[in-house]
Amino acid sequence: MNIYVFVKRVPDTESKIRIDHNTNSVIEEGLNFVLSPYDEYAMEEALRLREAKGGKVTAVSVGPDETTVILKKCLAMGADEAILIKDDSGEQYDGLRVAKIIAKALETNLQDYNLLLFGKQAVGSDNSQVPSMVAELLALPQVNVVTKLEIEGNSAVAHREIEGATEKISFALPAIVSAQKGLNEPRYETLKGIMMAKKKQIPVVTLQDLGLSDGDLAPQLEIVKMEGPPPREAGRVIEDEPEVAAKKLVEFLRQEAKVV
Amino acid sequence: MILVYIEVRDGKIKKSSLEALSEGRRRADELNTELHAVLVGHNLEGLAAEPFKFGAAKTYVLENSLLSHYSPSGYAYALQSLCQEINPEIIFFSATSLGKDLAPRLAANLGVSLASDCIKTEVRDGGLEVLRPIFAGKAFATFRFKSSPVMASLRPNVFPLIDALDAQGDVDKRDVVIAEEKVKDRVQEVLKEEGAALDVTEAEIIVSGGRGMKGSENFDLLKELVGILPHSALGASRSAVDADWIDHQHQVGQTGKTVSPNLYMAFGISGAIQHLAGMSSSKVIVAVNKDPEAPIFKVANFGIVGDLFQVIPHLKQELEKVLSE
Repeated sequence: MNIYVFVKRVPDTESKIRIDHNTNSVIEEGLNFVLSPYDEYAMEEALRLREAKGGKVTAVSVGPDETTVILKKCLAMGADEAILIKDDSGEQYDGLRVAKIIAKALETNLQDYNLLLFGKQAVGSDNSQVPSMVAELLALPQVNVVTKLEIEGNSAVAHREIEGATEKISFALPAIVSAQKGLNEPRYETLKGIMMAKKKQIPVVTLQDLGLSDGDLAPQLEIVKMEGPPPREAGRVIEDEPEVAAKKLVEFLRQEAKVV
Repeated sequence: MILVYIEVRDGKIKKSSLEALSEGRRRADELNTELHAVLVGHNLEGLAAEPFKFGAAKTYVLENSLLSHYSPSGYAYALQSLCQEINPEIIFFSATSLGKDLAPRLAANLGVSLASDCIKTEVRDGGLEVLRPIFAGKAFATFRFKSSPVMASLRPNVFPLIDALDAQGDVDKRDVVIAEEKVKDRVQEVLKEEGAALDVTEAEIIVSGGRGMKGSENFDLLKELVGILPHSALGASRSAVDADWIDHQHQVGQTGKTVSPNLYMAFGISGAIQHLAGMSSSKVIVAVNKDPEAPIFKVANFGIVGDLFQVIPHLKQELEKVLSE
């Protein structure tokens, strides 16, 4: 099986997000960037499939030079190759732009794939758009938010998490699958893996190499404003006998907040 | 015209679709344009009139037996041919599991960008602006669209329903012509968790437990509260999920679900930054925690410093009392 895993560099989930109000963007200084958490499940699934069926796993990311750090992590986890599609435009929160780049790469440089794996969303932009958009642009089947994946030859069955239930979907490869937590338990990099990853070259593909112009990729969402969460008013904190405390809480819920 | 996609689950229109329709009605009034609804599936004609109560002037019903179960490729195909014909200015989806799956596929087909999981829409200088959380609610961004049609998915449980109208409209039923190979990813079966109640993203009340619950068996205490509170669901922090006390689909936070219920009840949850991001937009937050310094108290409207195992039984009793009144 030839598998491509599409990964993204994002601020880790511990990060406090600060905003530059002049540029309407997140201040990157001081942030610790990591492989987006859901992409780890996608990487792990690719490695397990390769271990079971043979083949090749390639990690691909769209982003600036600094993205090589997460691609090195993918190599250290066990990816055979990693490719950086260099894009210095910064976070645009525009899934279609990224989907167009990936679809174009799949039509030109990255061919003969059986499976394209993604995380179900990138932590940060929280769009949940790119896998579905790439699927449409390449006329492929898509199954998102997957917690179980079984592949037999060219047919696959996946479990997709929805509200309070699971959908079971059968589809043919090649296809797009996006990973949800629960799909597997991602492995840690081994020391040997880290050493090997250090030696590996990461080829860089430019947007020009893919034949994409600025016009093709002009962002279609304009960020008008970016701000922090609205502050919450400090509430009341009580320390009482459990019975009294419970009574006061229910009074609050019933009479003040009017939510029960 | 504003077009709203109406989702059907278990033979019924989802409330979140009616919320999206209600928001569509408000924006259509401002923009002085029409509001239409669209359903996709099979044998749906019986539901076609319901959107009229929430302001739609017309309901398109796109039918084919191949679409009796959800398929993103099949549904996007059916919707794109309608959109090309009727040219909506704005398309709203509800940001449910299905909406988050289908809206981007349709957007890519129409060649337009999409704003996901919006919590506010507004007309400004004749165009639509939307507000959406980023970083699971650690920040908020307002977007304008340069592409047309404008496409946005709206977070469930945020947009108020309009008062149901006593109105009629046109039903435009169409048999979709679609080849079987265009339906590439059809749902074969829906497996339900036993006794599965509401999902946290759809609940009006979330009863949530963290590390302080001390074990999976103690989540039964929270389930009892869910049992007596109407429209409530069980939530959990990441530590509880990672300890295998409860399934991941209950997880609230940056690597779980972002929620905005009317009431969020946090038991034994300290309030890590990832968790706070996912639930801080709840309308009312209450917390019970042993540690008076727990960060959860900084966002709670009402907090109890104490032992949750002692508080919950009394709380249940009191709630049963007032709810039976």
